Amino acid sequence: MTHLAFIIPAYGVALVIPAAFALDAWRRLSRARARLAALEGGRRR
Amino acid sequence: MLRAVDVFSPIAPPRGARGLHRFANPGRFLRLAGALLPWVSAIGLILTVIGLYGGLFVAPADWQQGDAVRIMYVHVPAAWLASAGYMALALASAASLVWRHPLADLAAAEIAPVGAGFTAICLITGSLWGKPMWGAFWVWDARLTSVLVLFFLYLGHIALTRAFDTPERGYRAGAILALVGVINLPIIKFSVDWWNTLHQPASISLTGAPKMYIGMLWPLLFMALGASLIFAALVLARLSAAVMERRVRALLAARAEGA
Repeated sequence: MTHLAFIIPAYGVALVIPAAFALDAWRRLSRARARLAALEGGRRR
Repeated sequence: MLRAVDVFSPIAPPRGARGLHRFANPGRFLRLAGALLPWVSAIGLILTVIGLYGGLFVAPADWQQGDAVRIMYVHVPAAWLASAGYMALALASAASLVWRHPLADLAAAEIAPVGAGFTAICLITGSLWGKPMWGAFWVWDARLTSVLVLFFLYLGHIALTRAFDTPERGYRAGAILALVGVINLPIIKFSVDWWNTLHQPASISLTGAPKMYIGMLWPLLFMALGASLIFAALVLARLSAAVMERRVRALLAARAEGA
């Protein structure tokens, strides 16, 4: 395969940026879900 | 006047917009997003993996560009999503300004970073494709420059929505910037026709037959559809998190008032 020095970084960037967004979204969702459950659980008690 | 912060309170829809507002209720949105998110993510990932395999190992090399043409399979979907994401941002901003709906504000705020990310992918992969083809990572060509302006519009929106003490003012300012910036979308689309550019004109259009070999076209379409679903999944996940975070803030504020 020719031009690997350009193809590998291009695919790397195209995979790393969405993966970073996915990780951040997953962490935000988990944290928000846990905090909401704690607050609403506390309110019900 | 500032909007109420209780995100789960029902919002009275204006006449003629009831269908849209039915899905804009935050509680209903969370249930819908929770049901859709696993499917959208899984289908997006499967399509992307098939597209990546097709683009890297099945599609032929270009007779002129060699294997460098394989950068197209990540560059072109990112470019389409950079513009489509901005259109979604503008629509959410219009909904925010017209109906003053808090979910539209949050949607705009969560679309902008993802759109900026895909625009960055478009610019970086384009630059990596340009070096072996044009001999330069960057040229001040009309297409490249207008996409760079799009990137700055996204960054401006992100900065503006976070620049005020009261979030509602930030959302309002960001919405106005997003709507003004829509003028850049036709400039990006037609820049290759209006000016002499190094960037090639479109090979695929909605009105005509594609000027591309079918063996190269199918991986590109798989990648475009997969990337679109991944974009949608990222926005759905971020927006769900933002709705819950707002609910947490509202509960904490109510608790502080009650203490």
